[in-house]
Amino acid sequence: MRRRGFTDKLFWAVCIIAFCLIAAPTISVIVSIVHQAWPALGWHLLSTDDTSATGGVKNAIEGTLVLLLGVLIVAGIIGVSAGIWLAEYSSGRVGRVLRFMSEVLAGIPSIVIGYIGYVALVNGLHWHYSLLAAVLALSTLVMPYIVKTTEVALRQVPTTLREASAGLGLTRTRTVMRILMPTAAPGIISGLIIALAISTGETAPLLFTANWSQSAPYLHFNGGLFVHHPLGYLTYVTFNDISQPGTAYHAQAAAAAVVTLVILGILILAGRLVAGNFRKKTARMAL
Amino acid sequence: MATISAEPTSEPRRPRPAVTARLMRRGELTVTDRVVQSLLAVAALLPAAALVFLAYEMIKEAYPAIVFNGWTFFTHKTFALGQAYSTAPPVVRHGYKALPGTSFGVLLMVFGTVVSSLLALIVALPIAVGGAILLVERMPARLSNILGVFLELLAGIPSVVFGLWGYLTFGPWISGWLYPAIASLGIPWFKGPIANPSQGVATASLVLAAMIIPIIASTTRELIRSVPELSKEGATALGLTPSESVRLVTLPFIRTGIVAAAILGWARALGETIAVLIISGVNLSGFPHTIFSTFTTMAASIADLLDTALTQPLGVNALAEVGLTLLAITLVTNFVGRIITSRLAGPGLPVGRGI
Repeated sequence: MRRRGFTDKLFWAVCIIAFCLIAAPTISVIVSIVHQAWPALGWHLLSTDDTSATGGVKNAIEGTLVLLLGVLIVAGIIGVSAGIWLAEYSSGRVGRVLRFMSEVLAGIPSIVIGYIGYVALVNGLHWHYSLLAAVLALSTLVMPYIVKTTEVALRQVPTTLREASAGLGLTRTRTVMRILMPTAAPGIISGLIIALAISTGETAPLLFTANWSQSAPYLHFNGGLFVHHPLGYLTYVTFNDISQPGTAYHAQAAAAAVVTLVILGILILAGRLVAGNFRKKTARMAL
Repeated sequence: MATISAEPTSEPRRPRPAVTARLMRRGELTVTDRVVQSLLAVAALLPAAALVFLAYEMIKEAYPAIVFNGWTFFTHKTFALGQAYSTAPPVVRHGYKALPGTSFGVLLMVFGTVVSSLLALIVALPIAVGGAILLVERMPARLSNILGVFLELLAGIPSVVFGLWGYLTFGPWISGWLYPAIASLGIPWFKGPIANPSQGVATASLVLAAMIIPIIASTTRELIRSVPELSKEGATALGLTPSESVRLVTLPFIRTGIVAAAILGWARALGETIAVLIISGVNLSGFPHTIFSTFTTMAASIADLLDTALTQPLGVNALAEVGLTLLAITLVTNFVGRIITSRLAGPGLPVGRGI
């Protein structure tokens, strides 16, 4: 009996160590990045463009935000529509196959998507390094997540709502748009937020589609609006400056990482709030 | 809605799409309904179309290199782009011309990819499962939710930030004390000089492990929550200690799910690019002699060489062949993982890239 008690304690001790090994890197990453970035942190980060080791990252922040907007429009519209179809209209084999392929797409390495973006869009369609190529590459990457979360959110809406709506004589489209979508909205929105968070942190699909530009994204908007102009973004600053010699560059790389983490933190926080709301709402409805 | 209760047997399994399908069969859809439905169907086709397009483009791009290389692609170990300014005659094979000094072999990269991702999986799996067990089985719900934030944060940290952390902080720190200790044990492969404190197989694998832990842990957490309370209570009633209950009831119950999560986490490590590009050292010259040597992976090499390859005949195509190899490996692992998850009841969540 005593031996079993000891094994029990040992097992939980191992589990506690395991959990500490999850928490420690998380804390270490955040603390060390802020520490490395300390000399470069300041308001100039937000007010000047990235032209030297001591410059800001204003153009990169703007570039990242423009990319997020593009992803929200392209991947958002396609992904949510696809999710609605899979949840509400598909039945049988076609739905299963499409769902499976979308899930497999989620596992494609990001560098492969970046490579195809370069070969097919930047070179093949002569878009050059451009906003549009970057947005399409990122959208391909995050679409499966939006599809999945939309589908799951709609499936969690209680069946009674659909029956009541049909019983009142609403058409199929109205039932989906007016009854089901508002109910599932928080779930769908948290899926969109996850997609934005992934887009914020990605580098590989952007290296060969957006490339890099030192000037603000909107300066190009009078010329080619979406094509022919490269675009700066935050993760590039981190990636590029780490391979430059000198601590000033390393500090700037870390500073760009801090800004990325702040954007991510805001997104994760927003996602948690929305998801918490959703759980309360559907729990109340399901009775 | 009396029709719904008319088929009680099919109800529990697929309660909902039945309504739409039945309406469609009866032709009770308006014109708007049909238009909206077709538009949505087109959207649903797009992710699948994207997948097919990616595979098609990759094969098309790689084709000249496949013809040029033949089987030597999988037998040659080194991958070297040719010398642009050499006066030596160009290499001609099967009607395709490449620069002198060209050698397209993928063996080194496949080795680096598989070894680093497997090491990462070996480290990550017990940590992720142990942490998840602790969170669900031993913590009150409130505390479990708060501590669960660590998983979300770790999942949310971008690849490039992991790279920065591994290069500047974690690598130098761990090669200061742990690696010399391991090296002093004298186990083959695990001994030798630590030439580069921030780059190498061991550091890259550990950073990769940190990246895939949240994928495995959050899936395991959901799986443990799906274990019926009754079975656990039964275990307690039989006098099992909490840890025995976990090992004899919970873990066997969710074993398949953990295998699927591990495969999907592994697939993530296989395709990881930027962090590995920073921490591997992209060593294309030879196999790593110890776990402290620099190495390279398929994804990191593509990102590293693409700029140079653009200026060379066949360079881009050879990289496409590397990408195709990577795509084939990740597709197979993903297929297997997804097939296992699709057989599971309960949460078959999309675990992949972060969060």
